[in-house]
Amino acid sequence: MSRLHGENLTLGYDQRVVATDLTVAIPTGSFTAIVGPNACGKSTLLKAMARMIKPRAGAVYLDGAEIATYKAREVARRLGLLPQTSVAPAGISVADLVARGRYPHQRLLRQWSREDETIVTDAMAATGVLDLAGRLVDELSGGQRQRVWLAVVLAQQTPILLLDEPTTYLDIAHQLEVLDLCADLHEGGAHTVVAVLHDLNQAFRYATHVVVLRPGGMVAAEGAPADIVTAELIEDVFGLGCRVIDDPETGTPMIVPTARRGAALRT
Amino acid sequence: MSTLITGRVVRLRGYSVRFDPRALAVAVGLVVALAVVSVFSLGTGDFALSPGAVIDSLVGDGTPIADFIVQTIRLPRLLTAVLVGGALGASGAILQRLSGNPLGSPDIIGFTYGSATGALIMITVVHGSMMAIAGGALVGGLATAVLIYALAFGRGGVASRFVLVGIGVGAMLLSANSYLITRASWQDALAAQAWLFGTLNGRGWQQVILIGVAIAVLFPIAGYFARKLALLDLGDDMARALGVGVDWARFALIVTSVALAAFATAATGPIWFVALAAPQLAHRLARGGGPGMMTSAWMGALLLALSDLGVQRLFPDTQLPVGTATGVLGGLYLIWFLATRRREGRA
Repeated sequence: MSRLHGENLTLGYDQRVVATDLTVAIPTGSFTAIVGPNACGKSTLLKAMARMIKPRAGAVYLDGAEIATYKAREVARRLGLLPQTSVAPAGISVADLVARGRYPHQRLLRQWSREDETIVTDAMAATGVLDLAGRLVDELSGGQRQRVWLAVVLAQQTPILLLDEPTTYLDIAHQLEVLDLCADLHEGGAHTVVAVLHDLNQAFRYATHVVVLRPGGMVAAEGAPADIVTAELIEDVFGLGCRVIDDPETGTPMIVPTARRGAALRT
Repeated sequence: MSTLITGRVVRLRGYSVRFDPRALAVAVGLVVALAVVSVFSLGTGDFALSPGAVIDSLVGDGTPIADFIVQTIRLPRLLTAVLVGGALGASGAILQRLSGNPLGSPDIIGFTYGSATGALIMITVVHGSMMAIAGGALVGGLATAVLIYALAFGRGGVASRFVLVGIGVGAMLLSANSYLITRASWQDALAAQAWLFGTLNGRGWQQVILIGVAIAVLFPIAGYFARKLALLDLGDDMARALGVGVDWARFALIVTSVALAAFATAATGPIWFVALAAPQLAHRLARGGGPGMMTSAWMGALLLALSDLGVQRLFPDTQLPVGTATGVLGGLYLIWFLATRRREGRA
């Protein structure tokens, strides 16, 4: 079952085509990770699924209807997107920023209902930023700021969350903190989470479903990490020799790149 | 009442309205100041009237002489100042917020030069009436905006490019305007020069109606789209993700802003710096908050009414155009603005 899928997508910007004839379905209730080498169209695919860019050919379907036929607000009530870069206006408080996530549910004379207040409070509690509510976003650390942005998207109350490289620019501890948060959201049962991720081992550890794109934007493999990840797949897609072992913590597949001079060092 | 977000919320049944109490207080303060300036402006001059007599006349209780002085001579000029100032203040507030640049005002970006080009063509080539000149200014301003918009956004550009492209186009139009004046007869050149100093001299009910209708139509449109400015601040992608039709909202805001400036310029000729300074001054008083369109409009109205009162009473014999006064005030403001910004280390 899939509420969000793309069929025969050709995607690109201006003259450059980054993906052709791409067909992807996001399993409902999954934590899907999109991985692949640089410039394979991961973020482009995510943007197309969120209706940020229009496919050259093919179509994205949301709840059975072509996404282009929805009103912008209607899409924003079903599907939230955290872009790679977002700007917080100077001098805005955490609560005020998170409150903007309520926009798709507000109207000219329904600017701040009690429901809005509850939902924004819950979103900040879920991401652990409720204590920071009155602080200025400018003053926060990178990890805190990313949690605030996740709260903005959560306040939107969409069943589907699309996250474009949510761990970029964060140190390893904060990366895991954000991924744990995504896992919590997914396990809560209310959200389908789709994230573009760079770190393969993190993707295989956290995601329940992985879409591996190869350069040129074709799906090389998709499915549960344990079912699809092999050394041949990684070699084929990334051109990287590696061994696949069980993650000692979780038992999920974990790749260990082959050392270029490994044999020499060992002897 | 709310402690979570800033501002106050008033709820009634299913409806709720959020507002910033400080911005509201600033707006009320500006309205009161404007009322005082207005009564003073209507009551002083060659024929002095007491504030009581002015108010009597305004509510339809005045003597015939007071009615003539207030309603025929002084009120249309004052109303033109208030409405033009308000239109310029709102126009500047929208454009500065949209471009994210405190210099992003219609007089800097070149719309005003475009209006001048339109008006100068009417004066020196077509020899049109006062209304034709106003029409030329309107068309010139809007056409310039379309040109700048196409050059800056044609291929997915960013808002900051808008200011730079606008300054370039403005410089070109300035040369075009000079060229038009050099080609004109000396009578036309004088008339053109006079028009280029925006003035309230000789402005009557015609101008009040022109700018009043423009405001009645454009303010609600601008107010509706101004709510989306808070979302546009988060970047285009995030705004889109939250369901804002980004391109359409930006286009509508630019069009209303440009149209307000163009109508203002059509009514009085170019009046510099009100659109530049009013939003910044209002912003400093209200300390941020909402889009600031209304506080900025009231600030613009007050600035222009005050400037006009100044030129009328300080230089009663010369009929000094109000544009020269706002020019001097604006220059001082700009120097102060740049100096304080440098001190804050943001220049």
